[in-house]
Amino acid sequence: MSTAIGSRDRRSRLAGRSELGVALLLGVVGVVVLVDAARIHAPYSQADPVGPRTVPFVVAGLLLVCSVGLAVNVLRGGHGEAEEGEDVDLTAPTEWRVVLPLVGAFLANVLLIDLLGWVISGALLFWGSSWALGSRHPVRDAVISLALSLATFYGFYLGLGIMLPAGVLEGVL
Amino acid sequence: MDVWSSLLDGFATAATPANLLYALVGVLLGTAVGVLPGLGPAMTVALLLPVTFALEPASAFIMFAGIYYGGMYGGSTTSILLNTPGESSSVVTAIEGHKMAKAGRAAQALATAAIGSFIAGTIGTVLLVVFAPVVVKFAVSLGNPSYFAIMVLSLLAVTAVLGTSRLRGFCALGLGLTVGLVGADPVTGQQRLTFGLPLLVDGIDIVVVAVAIFAVGEALWVAAHLRRTAAHVIPVGQPWMGREDWKRSWWPWLRGTAYGFPFGALPAGGAEIPTFLSYVTEKRLSKRPEEFGHGAIEGVAGPEAANNASAAGTLVPMLSLGLPTNATAAVMLAAFTQYGIQPGPLLFDREPQLVWALIASLFIGNLLLLLINLPLAPAWAKLLQIPRPYLYAGIVFFATLGAYSVNLQAFDLGILLVLGLLGFLMRRYGLPILPLILGVILGPRLEKQLRTSLQLSDGHVSGLFTEPVAIVVYVIVAVVLLWPLARRLVRRTPAAGVGAVEEREKVEAR
Repeated sequence: MSTAIGSRDRRSRLAGRSELGVALLLGVVGVVVLVDAARIHAPYSQADPVGPRTVPFVVAGLLLVCSVGLAVNVLRGGHGEAEEGEDVDLTAPTEWRVVLPLVGAFLANVLLIDLLGWVISGALLFWGSSWALGSRHPVRDAVISLALSLATFYGFYLGLGIMLPAGVLEGVL
Repeated sequence: MDVWSSLLDGFATAATPANLLYALVGVLLGTAVGVLPGLGPAMTVALLLPVTFALEPASAFIMFAGIYYGGMYGGSTTSILLNTPGESSSVVTAIEGHKMAKAGRAAQALATAAIGSFIAGTIGTVLLVVFAPVVVKFAVSLGNPSYFAIMVLSLLAVTAVLGTSRLRGFCALGLGLTVGLVGADPVTGQQRLTFGLPLLVDGIDIVVVAVAIFAVGEALWVAAHLRRTAAHVIPVGQPWMGREDWKRSWWPWLRGTAYGFPFGALPAGGAEIPTFLSYVTEKRLSKRPEEFGHGAIEGVAGPEAANNASAAGTLVPMLSLGLPTNATAAVMLAAFTQYGIQPGPLLFDREPQLVWALIASLFIGNLLLLLINLPLAPAWAKLLQIPRPYLYAGIVFFATLGAYSVNLQAFDLGILLVLGLLGFLMRRYGLPILPLILGVILGPRLEKQLRTSLQLSDGHVSGLFTEPVAIVVYVIVAVVLLWPLARRLVRRTPAAGVGAVEEREKVEAR
């Protein structure tokens, strides 16, 4: 147990610097909210003395303060605790070789769903995701993928009256 | 109308064959996702939101109620048989529960958890029936300034009290409020943060936000750290308890309930504090304190009861004030809005049938859980062995399907991915999820209350302080915000100032 905690500490201290990216993100979002709110022209109105700009300004302020606060905190050695879970092994480093293909499969579906239709792109999504996550049974996965996407396609159509895009299979399904 | 006769009407609605079926589906689904790693009740309700639009609101909420209680129940099975609790509320259960399971007493641990959950859930729901109308009676007399103050309190309390780092809580809150700002301003119609994209004018659908943060973010996060060695699941037969176990469980169940309900009803109570308090109490009161740490049944009975009672307590502010205090309540509240139902104190007046059917279904769901889950425990244990690639690929698949089916726009899937990556980032860097979700849901309502309040006062800020309740709430807000600071000043020299704040944040973050 103690070795696991020790190695996590060491790793987090190394990774501590990357948390500055979160501070940067907060800062950028804060500036975007600020600029966007400043752009709004809203004449003062009796019916709405607060106007559409006040709350965005407050939110932008909160984000900028948090951004600076987080940067200071990280530079002083603070760091956030990564979330634990049943299937999460925090002693291992981040597996980008799993995450990136998974994001790729997701992105492919976003781009293909209107073109190929849900049955094909959804099946590709499940097949690609399970491959990315380490399944090495391509044929079995493909059967499950197609069964899932076909079942959801007809389930949504017949059960809920929602017509998912049929895409290239228009007329076949 | 009398509360109890309203409740009877609720039972009449909830006990139709169709609605009983939805309750059954709800508790089965809820338990399954509670048992399954990586899935929780909040995510499940979020994933089901688009599917349930075709249903009557009452049927949908009856199912959600089943998922809510079922999810609480399922979490205990995982922590007893696997010793890796998914939800923070079942951490305490795992301490003694897993030791019991290892010692060959898994059946008794599951039984005391199930029966304790039933008793606590039932008592908690009775308390809900008693207290919610009282809170409503008080709440309908409040005006906009008081509501504004109460919403500010609940946002700040969740942000500042829960989680290990207040600073990171506020970071998450800021991001949530930002997401809530996107779209046309409801008063003037001015576009905010739409970047000229017509698809953003209506704002970002709360279903998409919830699915992205809970489901996609979780799947990506687990994918990044997926355990390579299969976890060892302790096999279990039919749960049962002997006479001795019953004797040792009774008082912990009742005491756990007494801890859980009030904490659940508080804006930032949650389930962690009462489960922990219950554990400590049982350890102190036990005639066999030496058994604690080696599988004491009291250490499972008390915290599990506290957990379920707090789940019932959470529904008091949700139904009577429209304030969510945990993630599942937040998503259920979003569901109200999706159906065009205004949450808040008028809910009981405007939708009595829906509210009472929901409450009645909580009783029914609780009973179903007990009847179904005692015999099904071995089957749930098998569920823990589902191949992880399929489990998480399935989460991504259904998240995509759910978010897409709301508007049938590939654009929404783009937002789903962006917010999913944000969810990943938040889990990686310890930004809590709940403040973000509450920011998205409460942010726009907060702004509306603010603008109405100041419109009534012709723009004078004093308009926020016209009601005594509002002033009292602001005092509480000040205490919540200044409490850690005050404690620090007492402990350290005042000169330490801001440095001390950072210092403690550091300690806390570690």
